[in-house]
This record gives sequence, structure tokens and C-alpha cells, in this order.
Amino acid sequence: MERKLLSGDEAVALAAFDAGVSLGTGYPGTPSTEILEAFGALGGRAQWAPNEKVALEVGLGAAYGAARALVTMKHVGLNVAADPLFTAAYTGVSGALVVVSADDPGMASSQNEQDNRRYAVAAGLPMFEPADSQEAYDLFFESVVVSERWRIPVLFRMTTRVCHSRSLVLPREDREAPRPGLFERDIPGRVMIPAYARPAHKRLRAKLAEITAFAEAAPFNVVQEGDPKLGIVTAGISYFHAAEAAPAARFLKLGMVHPLPLERVRAFARSVERCLVVEEGDPVLADAFRAAGIAVESKPEMYRFGELDVGRVRRILARDVSPERAPPKGKPPELCPSCPYHPVYAALKKLDCIVAGDIGCYTLGVLEPYQAMDTCVAMGASVGVGLGLRHVLPPEQAKRVVSVIGDSTFVHSGISGLVEMIYNPPRSGHVLLVLDNGTTAMTGQQEHPGTGRTLDHAATGKVSIEGIARALGVPSVTVIDPFADPGGFEKLLAERLAAPDLSVIVARRPCILAAADIRKWEKQATERAGAVSCTACAKE
Amino acid sequence: MAGRVTNVVLAGLGGQGVLKASDILADAARRAGLDVKKAEVHGMSQRGGSVTSDVRFGAKVLSPMVPQGEADFLVVLASSEVEVTRPLLKPGGVLIHPDLVPERQLPNKRSLNVALLGALSHYLTLPEPALLDAIRAALPERLHAVNETAFAMGRAAAEGKEAVK
Repeated sequence: MERKLLSGDEAVALAAFDAGVSLGTGYPGTPSTEILEAFGALGGRAQWAPNEKVALEVGLGAAYGAARALVTMKHVGLNVAADPLFTAAYTGVSGALVVVSADDPGMASSQNEQDNRRYAVAAGLPMFEPADSQEAYDLFFESVVVSERWRIPVLFRMTTRVCHSRSLVLPREDREAPRPGLFERDIPGRVMIPAYARPAHKRLRAKLAEITAFAEAAPFNVVQEGDPKLGIVTAGISYFHAAEAAPAARFLKLGMVHPLPLERVRAFARSVERCLVVEEGDPVLADAFRAAGIAVESKPEMYRFGELDVGRVRRILARDVSPERAPPKGKPPELCPSCPYHPVYAALKKLDCIVAGDIGCYTLGVLEPYQAMDTCVAMGASVGVGLGLRHVLPPEQAKRVVSVIGDSTFVHSGISGLVEMIYNPPRSGHVLLVLDNGTTAMTGQQEHPGTGRTLDHAATGKVSIEGIARALGVPSVTVIDPFADPGGFEKLLAERLAAPDLSVIVARRPCILAAADIRKWEKQATERAGAVSCTACAKE
Repeated sequence: MAGRVTNVVLAGLGGQGVLKASDILADAARRAGLDVKKAEVHGMSQRGGSVTSDVRFGAKVLSPMVPQGEADFLVVLASSEVEVTRPLLKPGGVLIHPDLVPERQLPNKRSLNVALLGALSHYLTLPEPALLDAIRAALPERLHAVNETAFAMGRAAAEGKEAVK
């Protein structure tokens, strides 16, 4: 088998394909997006869900049906999926369920740098963490083994550098075919009413105790011999930075970061003079070791922030807390020159709107020259935040509040906000502006339910944004092309702001980067539909 | 030194082909039988922002990122990015400036990335066939000829510059 140069994302996709995963689902989010795209390109069944919660539930259903399922999302996506995740830990699975959480230390393209290793502890789930693409490939198989052996969902934590760095992978020679699903009734095991959930929690803790014992001896937690003057406990990408910064040190490298092999760590710490934990983000490992009474040194607080690299690990080794040299400042991203959102932000700025914003390309409206966004918190939050502002602000301010959300984000979690808008309308009314460019643009132009095309761009059921707004009873629903008619758009926005009722404006114009592809896929869909009807004709 | 790792940083603006160039270089190292890692941050790059990509190759590569100030080679595709990325280069490292191969002389302006790889190749021990195979594998056939020309022009420009010194 030839060595392949793969990103961590591609390595996970290849492992999922080689492991016979029946279904891959998720929601696009940098740096996780390419996993499902690559899995689909290999021939795996890959699909986008409207959001991470639905993705996890679909994956869980597949794993209840004895299949192997892969669910992918970025770190903040796991917040959305956390509700089913915690109880799925109780029910367990019949097949395998591997949930990829792609964390973004340093926030290359995220709104926070939460450390999702905390989720493994909180939900009580095993978590693997690969350091490069080969490990991403190999540990995916280990995740499937653990998930099936203990009938438990497994978290697979990646970070931006592991997802997007390319390194060599030697894949396995053989590939397993996806298994057919099989339903076996297990009412007390899967129906989490309190009477069944209480024993389920105890079962989960018993499984974790067994997995801890397994982790103590598992080969993916490995000691690399070296000078006992310095011992480094580490996991994930931090291992490679540390191995380069301290080539002579003795290492305990963890492939599984929950549950932890505390007795091995204890023995390792005793075997060295100085035992340092090198980890990105929160001191999750160091805190766990210290709580177990193991004397380890943790990094200084300043290294909680941002990514680690070889230089920063050298500083940690030297206990250097002097101010760091700022990395070179490049040119920041901006809305594309012919982005259809330019006239939208020009109007929002001109009308002095208070803009409750959301997450996508259009968040760039916060930068020069518009600075026309006042809040951006979480996927879908623009609607609720806008409503809350409307409820409490004095009337002359309240009537300037607009919620601005993209098409994919609206489908992801803006719909519930719209239900709230109908149910608890502010006295001044409200304006929800949906910027529909026909794609999930920011993550690289993925499809979503509003485009009417699947992950591989084939035609499927299409969710109508204006249809949802009308069905919910929004009194004023207007669709407009802001690029073709900037004056008309500004006039419409001013009118709806002045009216004390509820409005949804869908500003629709394809993303300039996606427009040509969208036309191609639409043409293909029409041709395919034509081909199908021809065949149907011939049969009759 | 046998274990020596070669550190290359490629820089430019979104849309210039920085990532394509680093893919080609990394693949050439793979074809030459070396260990190789490549790191970059995507996401915002399509929005015209700054893009840098690190490629490291040698007998054994650990971290995928070139430590700041330790790049042996800095290949810059946009003159606006030269000064901001210069601190990435080690003292005495080689800067390959976009002006080395004037864009207007190229058969296709979009092949500046491959032309600068050609210039870089003058300094590397990677075998030229590995680089050319990597270029052909990364690009559609209709672009092979223009990019092979661009590669040769870049390499000749670097050789010429060296000869003047």
C-alpha cells in the first residue's frame, strides 16, 4: 500500500470508509467540514444535517440499528448536540458511534476556544485524540473497537492543526464493507425514563471503570524512553511540538484523553525528576493528575490562550512568562468585492441599525468599511438576541434593531428563534433579515436543506425560508435581490423598521464564489430529472 | 546532518494558489521518499486574507509547523506580504520574492505559484522529476504545459540570480 499525504480530516474519512461506516452525518464547521466531504468522495454515505443535534440523533439511530456511524462537527457544534450526547452515554449503542469534535485552539475561525475534553469528563465518554494524520487513521479504528466492545459512543477530539495539517498515512490493505442494520428491542436500555435511567447511569460508570483498566495497558498510551531529568505527559499535536522542543526528554504520550490511565501517569511521574504536562487549551490533564495526587507541573496560565507550537513549548519548558512576540499581522479577510451582501450592509449602516448578527461570511460586515454588526454570539442567536433588545430598549432605539442571519444558519437554529418572535412579539415589532446566498459560504460552500441539494449536490427536498416564515404567521414576508435593487432594498428595510409589526425579509442572491457551481448543479438536476422521466416513459 | 529537516514557508493572499503550491511541494517530498508534514490554517483564505503554509520535510518530521524565525526558505507570492512574513525566515535564510519571475512574462499569470516553486527547487535537493510529477498530479492536464514552462522559468531565474552573485 502506498503512503498517502492526507490531512487529518481526510485520514478520518479514509478510516471511516475502510472501517465500513454505514453513515456519516454532521454540520459544516471549520475545521471539521472536509471529513464528510472526503468520506462522500470515497463512496461513503455522507450527508449534511440541518444542525449538530439532528446529526448526532441520526447517527445515534444508526448506531441503535447496529451500524457503524460517524458524526462530525466543530467544537461549538458539540454544545448544540450536547443534549442527546449526555443521555446517549446512558443508553449506549448497539453498533459503533464515533463523534468527531474539531476544536479550534487559537480561534482560527471560531467564536471561542472552548476545550471539549471537558465534555468527555462531563458526559462520561471515552475520548481519543490523534496527533497527526496517521494517528487519526489508526485511532479511528480504536474508537470503533472501544465503541463496539463497550457499546458506548466515543468522542474523537481533533484540533485545527491536526484537521488541516497534511502528513503521511499508510492505510490498511483491506476494507470492511458496511454491515446491514439490525433492530433488537431493548426498552429499558434505550427509553430513558427515570426508572430505566438510574440503572443506566450505573452501567455507564461500570463501563468507564472497565475502559480505565483497558487504558492503563493500551498501546496507544505509550512511554517513549529518554533522560529521566525531564518527563513530559502530553497528547495530540502538543506531543510533536514537545518532542521537537525537548528531544532528549522521556515522554508519556496519551492517545486517549478520557478516561485517563492514572496509575501509569503516577508511575511515570515517579520515574522522572521534573514531570511537566504539555497540553493546549485548559489544563485538563494537569488538573486531573493533581486531583489524583500526582505531582505534575502545569504550563503557566498565559499558555491557556491560543495554539501551542515548538517555540511556545520551549518557553513553557523554560518557565518563561515574559511577553510573547506578536505573530506577523497579515491582511484580514473581508467580504468578497462583488459579494451580494455589500448593499445590505450599506443600508444597515445608513439606517443606523442596531444589528444582532450571526455566524457566517456576513459576520465580516462587522469590519471596515461597514462596522454594521453589534452582536455575534452563537449559531442562530441573532433572532433571540434581537428580540431581547427590542423588549427592553427605549422605543427610539428598539425600532432600529434588526436580526441578521444567513440561510444555512437560519435552518440550523434560527427557526426556533422565529417561533419565539411569533409567540412573544416585541411591542415595537421586529425585523428578521435572512441573507440567502444559496450556500453555506463561509465553510467552503456546502449545501443545506434550504438549497434543495444533498452533500454531493444531487437534488432533494428543499426547505423554503419564506414558506416557513409565512406558515408561522409572520404578517410581512418579502423576498428581494439586494444586489439587483439596492435602492429598493434600503427602502423596504426602512419601511419595515418603521412598521410596528413583524417582518421577515429574505435578501436572496447567490454567493459570488458559488454562483457558477450552483448553476451547474441545477442544470445537472434538471437533466437527471429529464433522464428519469424518459426511462419512466420507455417502461410504460 | 542526516536528521536535518528543511523548513519552507509559502505566503500570499487567498486565491493566489499558496495552498496548491504547498500541496505540490509536500507531494514532491513524499515522492522523494521523505517524511513530510504541511500545516496551514484555512477558513478565511477565500475571503482574500493573508495565507501562509508551512512545509517541512526530511528523514523524520515532528511538529507540522515551522517555528517562527526558523524557515530556511520563504516563498512569497504577493509583494504586500513580504515584509509581514519576513520574521518567519531564519537569519541567512533564502527569500524568494514574487518579482523574481515577472507575472507578465509567464504564459499564464495564475502559474506564478508554480514558477516560484521552480525558483525554490534550485536550492533544494529534491529531485526535479519528483517535483514535476507532483505538479502534473495536482493540476488538470490542460494546465501541464504552461505550468512546466512556469516552473522552468522560475528555476532559470533563480539560477541566473545566483550566477550574478
